[in-house]
Amino acid sequence: MDGSRTDDSTEGQETVRDEGHVVAEGRRIGPVLMELRNITLRFGGVVAIKDISFDIREGEIRAIIGPNGAGKSSMLNIISGFYTPSEGALLYRGETRPPMRPYEVARLGVARTFQNIALFEGMTVLDNVMTGRLTHMKAGLVAQALWWGRARDEEIANREVVEKVIDFLEIQAIRKTPVGRLPYGLKKRVELARALAAEPSLLLLDEPMAGMNVEEKEDMSRFILDVNDEFGTTICLIEHDMGVVMDLSDRVVVMDYGRKIGDGTPDEVRRNQDVIDAYLGVAH
Amino acid sequence: MLYRTAGQFKTSYKADMALFPVRQDAVLLAVILALVWGVFPLLASEFAFQTLLIPILIYALAALGLNILTGYAGQLSLGTGAFMGVGAYACYKMVTLFPWMNPVVAILLSGLFSAGVGVMFGIPSLRIKGFYLAIATLAAQFFLVWLFEKWGWLYNDNASGAIQVPNLDMFGIYVAGPQASSLVQYYVVLAVVTLMTLLCINLTRGNLGRTWKATRDMDIAAELIGINLLRSKLMAFAVSSYVVGVAGALFVFMWRGAAEPNLFDIPLSFRVLFIAIIGGLGSILGNYLGAILIVGLPVVLNTLPQALGLPISSATVEHLNVMIVGALIVFFLIIEPHGLARLWALIREKLIIWPFPH
Repeated sequence: MDGSRTDDSTEGQETVRDEGHVVAEGRRIGPVLMELRNITLRFGGVVAIKDISFDIREGEIRAIIGPNGAGKSSMLNIISGFYTPSEGALLYRGETRPPMRPYEVARLGVARTFQNIALFEGMTVLDNVMTGRLTHMKAGLVAQALWWGRARDEEIANREVVEKVIDFLEIQAIRKTPVGRLPYGLKKRVELARALAAEPSLLLLDEPMAGMNVEEKEDMSRFILDVNDEFGTTICLIEHDMGVVMDLSDRVVVMDYGRKIGDGTPDEVRRNQDVIDAYLGVAH
Repeated sequence: MLYRTAGQFKTSYKADMALFPVRQDAVLLAVILALVWGVFPLLASEFAFQTLLIPILIYALAALGLNILTGYAGQLSLGTGAFMGVGAYACYKMVTLFPWMNPVVAILLSGLFSAGVGVMFGIPSLRIKGFYLAIATLAAQFFLVWLFEKWGWLYNDNASGAIQVPNLDMFGIYVAGPQASSLVQYYVVLAVVTLMTLLCINLTRGNLGRTWKATRDMDIAAELIGINLLRSKLMAFAVSSYVVGVAGALFVFMWRGAAEPNLFDIPLSFRVLFIAIIGGLGSILGNYLGAILIVGLPVVLNTLPQALGLPISSATVEHLNVMIVGALIVFFLIIEPHGLARLWALIREKLIIWPFPH
């Protein structure tokens, strides 16, 4: 696992971070946070995911990779409660998670970003990030209408949390800009901010670097690593950029045609013959 | 220059989240409040009260209610007129069943009935969206107006089938009915509308407002960040119908004095919808601007030829009026499709940096 995190993008910071990295290694990765057991997902006759099992440990960065149509996004949708698996079980902190609506899953502490940005275009950046806090706000209708007592205190307390996230992701300058006016790369960052504002125990990132140029990818990689380091957030991500995945993640699941063909550290996965076949093709 | 915000620093989040963080906005609002609370009532004639001030406020309140549902929560509704009717009939039943009841309390309570009815008709909104939901609310419109007509208990089995507002007094002063003075009614309406507006501003800028806007902008993402969509939508239906119901009670008790079931038919719904659209969906200010345009403009155009001494027959004035108002609506929608409130927002943005280009 050592050396799997040499990010060539941010040299100066990287060496400093890597020194602490080795020391913290034993502590950083905790027990299993979420376990997926024999998950199968069918849409009518189409089997999108077939009998996949893997786990996500607390504090790690777990990647799911695979060619187009391998079932990666479906997998993420199962974890976030958008799809209910046809067979198999999800265990969250050791307990079987019953079928849930997505909003209930969000309240368990699972936050996510989307492949095609799903921000609330009519709202400002600040309001968008504030929506990430709404599972933490409990004030009733009357208190909110009067802007009094609990409602006002909550607004202020949560604004402080949100401002920390805004600082962290360096989007202070666009705080009050409507999201619709922002360029693509910044939108992706705002979406990450919204997910982070929820202080999730599991953060799902669906192609966080899709459609970005090299510089934006480097920024995003740095943010993902920093989030993991500073807040100890468990991250499960889907990404197509192999270099990024191999550098960022602690463990990788490889999927192809809805099956799991590899699972392990980036080095192990890189040497796995099935994975090489899936990505490079097989001579017939 | 007048609107320069430079130099107004916020040192706490509380200050930044104040109702009017920009000082000029607060000053402007204070001037408007002074006008509507102090100056207008002193200067206004009976005619101005009855054709301009009172109806503009009531229509603005109804549009505000609709705006919460359509503009903030994104649920299109064509049943506003009927929900106003529920408020009006509920208020009528309350003051006739319990004559000792304070009329203003009755008006505020009548909103609860329309909120309940609104929630009932809002249940389909989880499954149907957009135009299809509009059709579902249209069903509410037809059903409720039919009910107002057929259910004699609602209008105390009057021979006319209409509801007639009795004389109602509050602390010895008549506030509704034939003996109430316009000035008193104006102040009652203004007080209720001011209160409702303040509450709605707070709701829309707080957590519930963000929940609604998230539901409107992208419902799938909203659900995945922890919003219970059904709850969010029903809450919007409830709050919206409450405000609309109160507006309906004011409409009959403080302005019309009597109402037949067909008063609450589709034309009323459309009128309120037009006010909300032209004023600007998803804004509070827009409802007032829209109401001034839709309610106030025809009155001004009607009286203008007479005031100027032009020899035009009243029938011609009526026709011209319809044409001019229609053309103006189209004109405003072309120059700013997002409504008058957006127009003001753009002007304000320009004023903040004026005289510099950017």
